Amino acid sequence: MPAVSKGDGMRGLAVFISDIRNCKSKEAEIKRINKELANIRSKFKGDKALDGYSKKKYVCKLLFIFLLGHDIDFGHMEAVNLLSSNKYTEKQIGYLFISVLVNSNSELIRLINNAIKNDLSSRNPTFMCLALHCIANVGSREMAEAFASEIPRILVAGDTMDSVKQSAALCLLRLYKTSPDLVMMGEWTSRVVHLLNDQHMGVVTAAISLITCLSQKNPDEFKTCVSLAVSRLSRIVSSASTDLQDYTYYFVPAPWLSCKLLRLLQCYPPPEDGAVKGRLVECLETILNKAQEPPKSKKVQHSNAKNAILFEAISLIIHYDSEPNLLVRACNQLGQFLQHRETNLRYLALESMCTLASSEFSHEAVKTHIETVINALKTERDVSVRQRAADLLYAMCDRSNAKQIVAEMLSYLETADYSIREEMVLKVAILAEKYAVDYSWYVDTILNLIRIAGDYVSEEVWYRVIQIVINRDDVQGYAAKTVFEALQAPACHENMVKVGGYILGEFGNLIAGDPRSSPLVQFNLLHSKFHLCSVPTRALLLSAYIKFINLFPETKATIQEVLRCDSQIRNSDVELQQRAVEYLKLSSIASTDVLATVLEEMPPFPERESSILAKLKKKKGPGAVSVTELEDNKREGGELNGEGDRGPDPAAMASSNASTPSPSADLLGIRSAAPVGAAPTSVGSLLVDVFSEAGPAAPSAAVNDDGFLRDLEQPTETSDSLLVEGSGDSDSASPSEDPAPPLSEADELLNKFVCKNNGVLFENQLLQIGIKSEYRQNLGRMYLFYGNKTSVQFASFTTTVSCPGELQSQLNASDQTSGTTGRGWSPDPTGTQHRVLTDFSDAPLLNIKFRYGGALQNLTLKLPVTINKFFQPTEMTSHDFFQRWKQLSQPQQEAQKIFKANHSMDTEVLKAKLLGLGTALLDDVDPNSENYVCAGVIQTKGQQVGCLLRLEPNGQAQMYRLTLRCSKDSVSRRLCELLAEQF
Amino acid sequence: MQFMLLFSRQGKLRLQKWYVPLSDKEKKKITRELVQTVLARKPKMCSFLEWRDMKIVYKRYASLYFCCAIENQDNELITLEIIHRYVELLDKYFGSVCELDIIFNFEKAYFILDEFLLGGEAQETSKKNVLKAIEQADLLQENIDFQMRLFAGVMLPNMVSESSGLFQN
Repeated sequence: MPAVSKGDGMRGLAVFISDIRNCKSKEAEIKRINKELANIRSKFKGDKALDGYSKKKYVCKLLFIFLLGHDIDFGHMEAVNLLSSNKYTEKQIGYLFISVLVNSNSELIRLINNAIKNDLSSRNPTFMCLALHCIANVGSREMAEAFASEIPRILVAGDTMDSVKQSAALCLLRLYKTSPDLVMMGEWTSRVVHLLNDQHMGVVTAAISLITCLSQKNPDEFKTCVSLAVSRLSRIVSSASTDLQDYTYYFVPAPWLSCKLLRLLQCYPPPEDGAVKGRLVECLETILNKAQEPPKSKKVQHSNAKNAILFEAISLIIHYDSEPNLLVRACNQLGQFLQHRETNLRYLALESMCTLASSEFSHEAVKTHIETVINALKTERDVSVRQRAADLLYAMCDRSNAKQIVAEMLSYLETADYSIREEMVLKVAILAEKYAVDYSWYVDTILNLIRIAGDYVSEEVWYRVIQIVINRDDVQGYAAKTVFEALQAPACHENMVKVGGYILGEFGNLIAGDPRSSPLVQFNLLHSKFHLCSVPTRALLLSAYIKFINLFPETKATIQEVLRCDSQIRNSDVELQQRAVEYLKLSSIASTDVLATVLEEMPPFPERESSILAKLKKKKGPGAVSVTELEDNKREGGELNGEGDRGPDPAAMASSNASTPSPSADLLGIRSAAPVGAAPTSVGSLLVDVFSEAGPAAPSAAVNDDGFLRDLEQPTETSDSLLVEGSGDSDSASPSEDPAPPLSEADELLNKFVCKNNGVLFENQLLQIGIKSEYRQNLGRMYLFYGNKTSVQFASFTTTVSCPGELQSQLNASDQTSGTTGRGWSPDPTGTQHRVLTDFSDAPLLNIKFRYGGALQNLTLKLPVTINKFFQPTEMTSHDFFQRWKQLSQPQQEAQKIFKANHSMDTEVLKAKLLGLGTALLDDVDPNSENYVCAGVIQTKGQQVGCLLRLEPNGQAQMYRLTLRCSKDSVSRRLCELLAEQF
Repeated sequence: MQFMLLFSRQGKLRLQKWYVPLSDKEKKKITRELVQTVLARKPKMCSFLEWRDMKIVYKRYASLYFCCAIENQDNELITLEIIHRYVELLDKYFGSVCELDIIFNFEKAYFILDEFLLGGEAQETSKKNVLKAIEQADLLQENIDFQMRLFAGVMLPNMVSESSGLFQN
């Protein structure tokens, strides 16, 4: 019965609502709504002034229509009028409308802010609360600008009513979250901390949320809150269940406040003061003890409230990670919950144990629950609980139990929910690699993975098994034997065919002695799968076939016949056709020696981070750096499941190979384009060819456009050392004078290139230097074009690139050829290759020496290699952005600068610059559309640095405020310096 | 807390409260997807799920689902009890609350929520204090429409499920 016992009914509204409810169809509903909208519009426009009640009623109807999901574009003014009504309910409806239908019309905002101002100064607590609720609900920047300084005053004033204080505290919190820059710390901050001592529990409950948020940002300023929080907590924990009257919830004293206090303490390290620490440990022990007591009520609310505190206490214990005794007790408690009949508790226990597993003190204790967790994985009926169990197994895995856990996960995979299969596959692959003692176990595991869940095995996983097999000769024979057996299955997954094709093409000879797997048998087995496979796999198989011809000359005729048949040599797919034609030709014209050289066994892959780990990191987005962080399953699980948030791609896997049309198929690296980061010799020799012959006499040396980036993918040790020799040669020819110090304008020149990659670096009467550069991940290549503006040749023209000081350890800059001295404008590019090892702030130096008319010209410039060049743009939603923004909340992670505009503030110009910066420019993220926000990840060899940027232009003042938050503080500072010069 | 949604078993949204700035389009998308996800879950499943990069805490009371999105570090169980306390407040205010009360008096549901939670944080957890604030406001009102009560007494056939008390479950 909708018995409205209280409140003022608005009959017209009720009639309208029930009309809507009686509509039989969506169309009827829309018709009824349009009728009402027309009616309201005419009432608002009518000559007759509406009384407050009617206005309220119509505004309320509009609100209802909006909440049904329809757009409302009028009524704001009437709602604003209601704000200044003396009648409470009219004012209240006015505020509700304003909070729900936030509007950015500036005239309206001015009126709203005026009304709020009046109510705040009315000294009527009910009106003040309404106004504060409105500010907290809207939380816009305009409101922050208008009230951010007023609210702290209300909050700490001695005569403010408790209820107003509560609203003021949370209102301020909301403003601080949306516009932290506008809430100035001041004298009020210390008084806010003392609200923790307030007599009124409601005031403490509200204020502590504000204090927690402020402490996260300014830990030092608020550190006195620790002892206050501990004593407050201690009083609550030791109170009898009835002491706190209405703040006792189902016999649990002040559960919300207790949780918030424990949460606040998690912003700080363990208290240093022994007495405070002792008291806190006592509290935590009491909370753990209470968990063992019989419940005071059978109601679920009682146990929920009690356990909420317990879990928060455990979070604090894990956060401190310093009390082995408490950690083990926490683990035992959670162990009990693992078998509790409440699904919610089992879920939370699994989740919480994941973090305990990463503590050295409790890792072993967590491991004792392995059987229970495995059982949960098998028997839980709720997929989200099973997922937690899988996460926990992953987190508790180490060398001692890896085989058991991997086996259980594999067997679970056979029946696992589709939604979590991909994640499970990645986890199995990672554990198998991480804890592999003998690699045959690893190979078995991955092949099983492909067999069981082939569809969910991503490229990264099967690339990785190949990398490992190639790099470890002790497992190659075993791998060949195993894939050969696996391929015997009548139906095998295409991924198995890929792995099989690759491995047999490389190592088929290792099992060819056995007549059951003779070369022809191997070939026929592979070829029996050929017609069922997709184009990329067929391309890979063709490459395997040509490798067979080299490995087993006796298969040559059979294979040539296959290549020659129309379905290959006239295949409609250009890639397949080209391979067939080229391989056929190669096999018939090349001598055995040439063939053996071209088709030599793949060299080992450079040791690098597992591409699967990289994939996990990719899913985690910027801010993810260390491998240890990956073990933090708690967060990872969610993000693996999350929407494909397009993170950076740190793995230089083949999938993005610029010059290969069907990249995944080109694993064998027969084409000169670098395949899966492999074939270093061919890449190396390519570089040598291009550069060693591009001596002074070969003016149009390098830039072969389509191959411009091909060797960027994977510069290898070989190519590096060859390059060093190259530059050594040019050094010996250079005059003995020391390089000149950098030009005074070098820094200015540098700034020109922060947001662009090509252009003129330097020009004087003699010489013009142009730059063309490209960057990919942590690698960059820069071509320098020297234009001789005179009519005579320069003598002994040499260039050297060097990294001054500590830059040497941060950036590898290798000079690949020396320039030359053509007359007039003859672009003789010098290739310079950069490989960023970690973040850096200096620029490499380019020294140029030559003789002109007998005089030595000695010139040093800074090469415009700046840290932002290594950005990978990251797209993200508004929500993700702010989430990450909040995560990067340590003060040193932020760098901010307010500066005057030096250039045009035109939107398009700014956008172009921000895009040139290399980050992703995110639309619809900042609530204020004037502002720009960008996100990107800087790729260095060892790590990735997630960066978020916000640029707030102020057209009137011709000023900008630039804020950067990066997961590495030095990067924030450097980017901030660099960028402040750009706008 | 990032937002709270109340919706019926039929997927009709009854109340929405957003504590993070999002465009109307995003709000609609989130609502649509989340309602679908939650309605698809079976009764005995756990009340928490990871969804996008948030944690969802939900509970069903009679015909209504109460659903909160919280941050990763937030406490699930205490959020569950936030929901319960809100239901208690509605129940006390309306006197054995049912979905229809929330449909016809949606503005009251919003006012009560604002007294209890502000900016996504618990402002006042004492039932007495919240109701006192609301009742004080009600004392300030005028124009009690008695016809409203009479009208509200008429039951329509499709009201049956919506008029079952939330606490009967």
